Amino acid sequence: MGTSGTMAGQPETFNYGVVRQFTIMTIFWGIVGMGVGVLIAAQLIWPELNFNTPWLSYGRLRPVHTNTVIFAFGGTALFATSYYVVQRTCQVRLFSDKLAAFTFWGWQLALFLGFFTLPMGFTTTKEYAEYEWPIDILIALVWVSYAVVFFGTIAKRRVKHIYVANWFYGSYILTIAVLHIFNNIEIPVSLWKSYSAYAGVQDAMVQWWYGHNAVGFFLTTSFLGMMYYFVPKQADRPIYSYRLSFVHFWALAFTYMWAGPHHLHYTSLPDWTQALGMVFSLILLAPSWGGMINGIMTVSGAWHKLRTDPILKFLVTALSFYGMATFEGSMMSIRTVNALSHYTDWTVGHVHVGALGWVAMITFGSFYYMIPRLYGRTSMASIKQVELHFWLATLGVVLYISSMWVAGVMQGLMWRATGADGTLTYSFVEGVSATYPLYAIRLIGGLFFLSGMFVMAWNTYRTVKGQPKPNPEVYKYNPDSTDPTLVGPALPQTAPVAAKVVA
Amino acid sequence: MEAMFLLIAISLVFVVAIGVAFWWAIFAGQFDESDSAAKSILGDEENE
Repeated sequence: MGTSGTMAGQPETFNYGVVRQFTIMTIFWGIVGMGVGVLIAAQLIWPELNFNTPWLSYGRLRPVHTNTVIFAFGGTALFATSYYVVQRTCQVRLFSDKLAAFTFWGWQLALFLGFFTLPMGFTTTKEYAEYEWPIDILIALVWVSYAVVFFGTIAKRRVKHIYVANWFYGSYILTIAVLHIFNNIEIPVSLWKSYSAYAGVQDAMVQWWYGHNAVGFFLTTSFLGMMYYFVPKQADRPIYSYRLSFVHFWALAFTYMWAGPHHLHYTSLPDWTQALGMVFSLILLAPSWGGMINGIMTVSGAWHKLRTDPILKFLVTALSFYGMATFEGSMMSIRTVNALSHYTDWTVGHVHVGALGWVAMITFGSFYYMIPRLYGRTSMASIKQVELHFWLATLGVVLYISSMWVAGVMQGLMWRATGADGTLTYSFVEGVSATYPLYAIRLIGGLFFLSGMFVMAWNTYRTVKGQPKPNPEVYKYNPDSTDPTLVGPALPQTAPVAAKVVA
Repeated sequence: MEAMFLLIAISLVFVVAIGVAFWWAIFAGQFDESDSAAKSILGDEENE
């Protein structure tokens, strides 16, 4: 049937293959990364769980956890969704199949190398950039290829308008390239050892310029791209205010870069630089909430769907946590608040509002929308299990963050308490021992969240097993076509021709 | 703070690049029809 704009030869299809690969690996890395997180949370209660083995010690496993959840789980999810969204919204196949395949295998290779070298003790010691220089180079190559595939796809798009989600994904890809390259300028002395090109407080400044922007662009703008596609799709309503989406995009793009110094309050970083970081972090609240309000209000008028649709629950709950995390983050960047919160478990709690509440939840919601469509189905094998996952994840986050808030504020107050003669009221170890029960609650929260991840893996297995792996045909007509002869309705009114799939 | 000479320079390059992209987007008509653009993604689903 050649009714969809007859062309000689094979009709163009979407490249869902690479999206499927990234999707499955996301779930694998989610289990691994969160599993390591649960293990180290347990080690804080029972230190014996390192089994007197250096590779399993907390100091080595903690960066394994952070890198695996951020770059392996989060990053792989971003590859999957950005490749899906850019093809659907541009109505065109990915720019280069080979380069896209290279990004998949290269990215996975880098993640596995990192996963094994960090426990062996090979680390640059720069937070969230611990991978040593050979892995950094591989990541840089993969990232440049990613940019070529993504922007190449946008360049050959069949619709004139670039949908807002692509702006968010695009800014994340470009910014991460620059951040990664400049933060990891280092001098290798052997295969697995290098020294940073920057020294002392200069290194700290570059590190947190990178570190906060990694949070800002890797874990925020990119996932907003996800939100701007999957929330309207799942709610079946256009975004609440398309204008607001662009206003807050450009506001984020122009102001995000300078929040980093708030990680270095009360250090040898000059005061003016600390103040700069604080002011920019406070400014950020406005564009951040722009996105949160826009996403939540998209569901306005369809609130009843929240009662029955666990996927929409995931997406809206994620946005609520995003609003909480960005508000909390701006407040914690204020120096006087930071004096209490810094170095305590409050920071850990804050990070997990973002990582579990926002990043993971928006990923789960988006994946539950996307996975069935990648395998020629209309929904997941079990909606009940999606619902179960939602409650496991929500309970897990709430237990996690509330225990860490309490622990953090308590630690901050205990550390600063002094008697009338100026001596410290509590020794450090008293603070540690007071934190034990809260660590136990945190571990329970983590176990809830991890078990939700297992439910998702099982449900995904049941959804994809034995299913065809379709690559749907790209329908050549659309109302906003770049080619005036192909302007027409997005889908034929009569027969479901465009639904024809080429396996 | 010598590091700032590098970081501010990178930021300025970024701001110029973002400004150019913004300028292009406005004058290429990217923001002209925001209602239909918002709805555009909803119509592309195959008949399921």
